[in-house]
Amino acid sequence: MRMSIKWNKYDTKNLFDELIDAKGAPRPSAFRLIEHLQSLDDSELEARRQLAEVTIQEMGVSFTVYTEEGNIDRAWPFDIIPRTISAQHWSKIAAGLKQRLKALNLFIGDLYDQQRIIKDGVIPEHIISKSKNFRPECIGIKPAYGVWAHICGTDLVRDVDGEFYVLEDNLRVPSGVAYMLENRAITKRVLPELFEKKDIKAVDDYPDRLFDTLVSLSPRKIKRPEIVVLTPGIFNSAYFEHAYLAQQMGTELVEGSDLLVAEDDCVYMRTIAGLERVDVIYRRIDDLFLDPDVFIKDSVLGVPGLMRAWRAGNVSLANAPGAGVADDKVVYAYVPDIIRYYLKEEPLLANVKTYLCEDPQQRQYVLDHLDELVVKPANESGGYGMLIGPHSTKKEQAQFAALIKADPRNYIAQPTLSLSTAPTLVGKGCLEPRHLDLRPFILQAKKSYVTTGGLTRVAMKKGSLIVNSSQGGGSKDTWIVDGEER
Amino acid sequence: MLSKLAERLYWTARYIERVENTARLVSVYDNLLFDLPREIDISWYNLISLNSAEQLFEERYKVCDEHNVLKFLLADDTNPSSMLSALRALRENVRTSRDVLPQETWELVNELHIFAKENIQQGINRSNRHRFLEQMVKGCQQINGLIVGTMSRDAPWQFLCLGRNLERADMLTRLLDAGAAALLQTEEDTDLNVSQVVWGNVLRSSSADMSYRRTMRSAVLDRDVAAFLLDDPHFPRSLTYCLSQIRGAAELLPNGGDVLEHIDKSLARRYDLQAPDALGITFRDYLNQLQVELGELHNCFDQSWFSLNLRGNV
Repeated sequence: MRMSIKWNKYDTKNLFDELIDAKGAPRPSAFRLIEHLQSLDDSELEARRQLAEVTIQEMGVSFTVYTEEGNIDRAWPFDIIPRTISAQHWSKIAAGLKQRLKALNLFIGDLYDQQRIIKDGVIPEHIISKSKNFRPECIGIKPAYGVWAHICGTDLVRDVDGEFYVLEDNLRVPSGVAYMLENRAITKRVLPELFEKKDIKAVDDYPDRLFDTLVSLSPRKIKRPEIVVLTPGIFNSAYFEHAYLAQQMGTELVEGSDLLVAEDDCVYMRTIAGLERVDVIYRRIDDLFLDPDVFIKDSVLGVPGLMRAWRAGNVSLANAPGAGVADDKVVYAYVPDIIRYYLKEEPLLANVKTYLCEDPQQRQYVLDHLDELVVKPANESGGYGMLIGPHSTKKEQAQFAALIKADPRNYIAQPTLSLSTAPTLVGKGCLEPRHLDLRPFILQAKKSYVTTGGLTRVAMKKGSLIVNSSQGGGSKDTWIVDGEER
Repeated sequence: MLSKLAERLYWTARYIERVENTARLVSVYDNLLFDLPREIDISWYNLISLNSAEQLFEERYKVCDEHNVLKFLLADDTNPSSMLSALRALRENVRTSRDVLPQETWELVNELHIFAKENIQQGINRSNRHRFLEQMVKGCQQINGLIVGTMSRDAPWQFLCLGRNLERADMLTRLLDAGAAALLQTEEDTDLNVSQVVWGNVLRSSSADMSYRRTMRSAVLDRDVAAFLLDDPHFPRSLTYCLSQIRGAAELLPNGGDVLEHIDKSLARRYDLQAPDALGITFRDYLNQLQVELGELHNCFDQSWFSLNLRGNV
């Protein structure tokens, strides 16, 4: 058999590569994978790539891109070479993720209650009062188990030192988990030989765990509480995922117009047999669109009276409104302190070094080093509104300097990380390193759960650090592999 | 089951039928026109009248020729009942009810949609028309086959059943009416049994020619054809069969009372096909009335299951 992949030409360029170490040898978690890839010649590898493409089309895995010509449903961009992590390493990360979400939930609960953390001087008050995602409407509410963010998607990156760092927490309506599951389904068809040894950990229990989490939130302690997934509709970029999760959990996928809040302050859905009470809503609509009676008045996506029903304790919302307050990138900078404050523990997972522009000294540092740093607005997601210093022009830097001076509270800066890479198929038989990140999903209600791995997103353009699918990013299957320590 | 989902499934079934019926109708007409002598005044435009689309057509086209009629019926996306429009609507409905339909439904509908878009010109031009339309009919039959073979007979199935049978019943009244109209238009012809050609055409448009011959054991006779298509209890596109299916579905669904009552009251009237001149103008009146009643039946579905938001109270 002809060896096709020329690993001696695979240059990791002093970056941390997930599969190949600095000497060009496969890492232990990737050993079997690399060995298998070696046994495939160029045309076989190309055939596997095409199989993946056809599979994605057949399974209808898609996401929606908004353009001026309307919304386009695009096939999910996928690279067939998986990214591997050893199981032992992963269990430490998973523990860190659970710890982090536990602390964040205590923090959110505190903010809507006594605000002890502010009174104790750990966090300055104005950081909360000026947050775009703090909802005064939520003050005094006590959700089940004291949990506000039930579903969290945390973005991890790996730096040159090979350590995982938390880049951001997504506590509002994190998406991507369906793609994580689909990536595995595709990979099983494309590289079936590798699943025979049973050392790649399964990922497909997520829908069941999500379902259990939602059931445990039901205000009515009945045998079969009514759980629904609330979607903004077919035009939302994550509609595929909403439908997928509803289908996997066997719950109804509803839009705002399918629900109503009656005079008894309970939520009902309109069914062919009349109105049926709803117990738990897994909502994939942003806070501000949830209830036109309370938030944006002309929102047609939400349900009038929903906040009233939630406050009365007649329905559970996952995630709870107001949970996004901890999504703020300024709050992010304080998470290590938040963990120490509530849990009296040291953080198991590190943050990326973060400069707060509201602090005069840190701001000056940021302004002096705009060409080296990544500057992010506090409350944007999807990779929008960022400055990537080393890739920016003088003009862009000047624009950001002005933005920062005008509203320092709204900006943070971080060193430009040299995100880790993994071999990615970029042409027939041609593998090159591409940068990637990892989004695991964490569930918390009565119990906590972390996905086995998560969604690996990869920047398909050479040298690019932008992994968002809305901006040309792709994805890979993520393998947590039993066996030797790294 | 959500009202909205019920409504989407109902329309899914209606649109599958509509796509299939349109393709078959054009295909059958294509054959028929070869058989009729030039002086007989049956033209492509009859298909426009059959679909009650005269006004819509005249707003768009000046010339009532083959090309324009076919373009309007098959491809025109400003005509909401064109084959492509129906297929697009089918696709949107399936896309938003994937959680209750067999997994492969989306794939098949998607494939058929792509095929139709890419080859629609073949339906308008003459040379490959037959083959193209045949493929369209087969595509619909494949989707229906998948659904019949793999879906549980629970509420979602019942809504598909309502849609499929109402669309079939509606189409049937239109086909019969077109047959009756064609004969009223043509003078007695000595050389050719026009009646036989026209009613044979009605049978083929309903995929009923085989079943008709086996059941009625007669040649194509106008009254027999009408009797078969209206009253046969076994043929899946006869009016009686469609209504009994709708009745059966309504009995199994919650809130079906109004639908049952409407069927038993307004749709139970039998037309006397043995009366002299039974297939004349009174037949057309009867069929028109039937179409009105079927429209009412749709409204009944809407009020019983789809539009609970209008009631809104617990």
